[in-house]
Amino acid sequence: MYRQMVLIRRFEDHAAEAYAQAKIGGFLHLYIGEEAVAVGALNACRDDDHLLGHYRDHGYALARGCDPKRCMAELFGREDGLCHGRGGSMHLADASRNFWGGYAIVGSHIPIGAGMAYAMQYQHRDQVVLDFFGDGATGNGIFHEGLNMAALWNLPIIFICENNLYGMGATLAEESPVSEMKIKAEGYTMPSVQCDGMDVLAVYAAVREAAEHCRSGQGPVFVEALTYRFRGHSMADPELYRDKSEVQRWRSQDPIPRFGEFCVEHRVCSQKELAQINEEVEQLMLDAVAFADQSPWPDPAEVGRGIYAKPIDPEAGVAPSVSAVELARIEAEPEAKQAGI
Amino acid sequence: MALVSYREAVRGALRDEMLRDERVILLGESITGYGGSYAVTKGLVEEFGSKRVMETPIAEAGIVGFAVGAAMGGLLPVAELMTVNFALLALDQIVNSAAKFHYMFGGQWSVPLVVRTVSGFGQLGPTHSQTFEGWFASVPGLKVVMPATPADARGLLLASIRDPDPVIFIEHSLLYSTRGEVPEPTPGEADEIPIGSAKVVRQGDDVTLVGYSRMLLQALQAAEVLERDDGISAEVIDLRTLRPVDYPTVVESVRRTHQLVLCGEDWRTGGFGADLLSETQDRCFDDLDGPIQRVAMRDIPMAYSRQLERALVPTSDQVVEAVRRLN
Repeated sequence: MYRQMVLIRRFEDHAAEAYAQAKIGGFLHLYIGEEAVAVGALNACRDDDHLLGHYRDHGYALARGCDPKRCMAELFGREDGLCHGRGGSMHLADASRNFWGGYAIVGSHIPIGAGMAYAMQYQHRDQVVLDFFGDGATGNGIFHEGLNMAALWNLPIIFICENNLYGMGATLAEESPVSEMKIKAEGYTMPSVQCDGMDVLAVYAAVREAAEHCRSGQGPVFVEALTYRFRGHSMADPELYRDKSEVQRWRSQDPIPRFGEFCVEHRVCSQKELAQINEEVEQLMLDAVAFADQSPWPDPAEVGRGIYAKPIDPEAGVAPSVSAVELARIEAEPEAKQAGI
Repeated sequence: MALVSYREAVRGALRDEMLRDERVILLGESITGYGGSYAVTKGLVEEFGSKRVMETPIAEAGIVGFAVGAAMGGLLPVAELMTVNFALLALDQIVNSAAKFHYMFGGQWSVPLVVRTVSGFGQLGPTHSQTFEGWFASVPGLKVVMPATPADARGLLLASIRDPDPVIFIEHSLLYSTRGEVPEPTPGEADEIPIGSAKVVRQGDDVTLVGYSRMLLQALQAAEVLERDDGISAEVIDLRTLRPVDYPTVVESVRRTHQLVLCGEDWRTGGFGADLLSETQDRCFDDLDGPIQRVAMRDIPMAYSRQLERALVPTSDQVVEAVRRLN
């Protein structure tokens, strides 16, 4: 877990640098400071449990084991990216690892997660769904629609609210009548717990218990992780809405050194071994950036590829510009495509 | 062949596909005990149970979002949105979720979802009498189907459920009680009608009338009047699918008739007909003997009063007038 947190931190440090060099475009939302939430939660679940996250999604991808090279290539908008440069930083996904994406319309993935959980229940599969969102999402109607359905149908889903005190630039007091998000879930009769989101072991313990509850058919659980993002909302954020002293105070609880010290103290590993992990991760990140730099750009002639799983007739007026080769390939394997759904 | 209503045709397609494939589930507001606000799903919960015919809270965005997730989890959901007016609450999930995932996530998965909803009017006032097919048809990633006859409702719904992409399937409240011949299901036979194929429903030589949904029936009535009173032979094409549009069928017809009238029920400004006009003009300009005519809803909110409603709704008379303007 220490390695994963360092991996996320260093990945994003390098991403920030690449953003400054204009190698990454658009929005870049960093997870720095919140790493313990994704890492603790995902390690408390099975690899085949379904994962949906919000747009601050690099941490989920890396904690789920997605290739950092392909993640970085996606940020760089390259063909080798997880989504071949179609999604970008906010829309990473790797279906082969049951990572169903970063969702950039706030709260939209809350009912989607509920629907996936229903599909598991319906098919008598024992996977649970982890659905991550922030405190800001709880002000959106879709949050309430999703929680209402999950509770109503007793679905195997863990809602993980990363309460980092800000919805972009709005303070908690400006966006919510209650400061504890779990209170909102309690209205739906859902078991709700709060944990220290700066402590990876605390998150792990809370989500582990939640997963057992869900998997045993007892319905959804709401986990509120109290956390903080050390960086701005995105790279464009001048952070006018919060004091530097507040940021400093939270930085003193940085989950990475905190867990590192815990490991040394409990003789899980030595300081030297931690340093070695840091070095190894740094090398991986240099490789990831080099890989992304060298990855080919997507072919503009292929920009229309993949609008549909079953492409519409190119002879029709509104057909996508799917290349003949791609069309033939997809037409030839419709059943394989269907099976892969 | 059996003579069945449009409503029964839709219900029959849902039922047959549910019998054929256990992954098919229905969900929507008041679709169980109530039977659906237009009684389309009547009896299905009794036959298939509440796990497959799900009563939902009144939460349109949640319903579609949930259905998207269920589709990603391996099911084939058919979500009912009581009317297309209420579908506006679910636009985000339709446009930003269902339509995007296959493309945005690099083709890793698709969303085999059908959203059934209903256009129409009938003294329901400004918020309950609209039709937005053009909005949906403008979105890459969606397929949009709008059947006019019971046979097409059945065949296209089967195709929509079996399609791996999200399909917006728009029924019409004033068509539910219309009746037509529908083929009996034959095991092992292809009983679906491909999405994206228009149909020439009446052959003619002098003018091409293009319609869909209720306006197909108005176009057919107009064709009868034109034949009888004006000696004009009108060809009538049912578009059936609005995305993708079967332009080759339309173009082939216009090459023979040299005149084109587009019939829709949505607003003139920004309505689906505006896009049809642009594209058909591009493709048929040299074949046309006159400007393409449009029949559309006037740019006014639908009023409640019967007299006012009549002043707004496109009719067969307006189709006849449009043809006479060309001749």
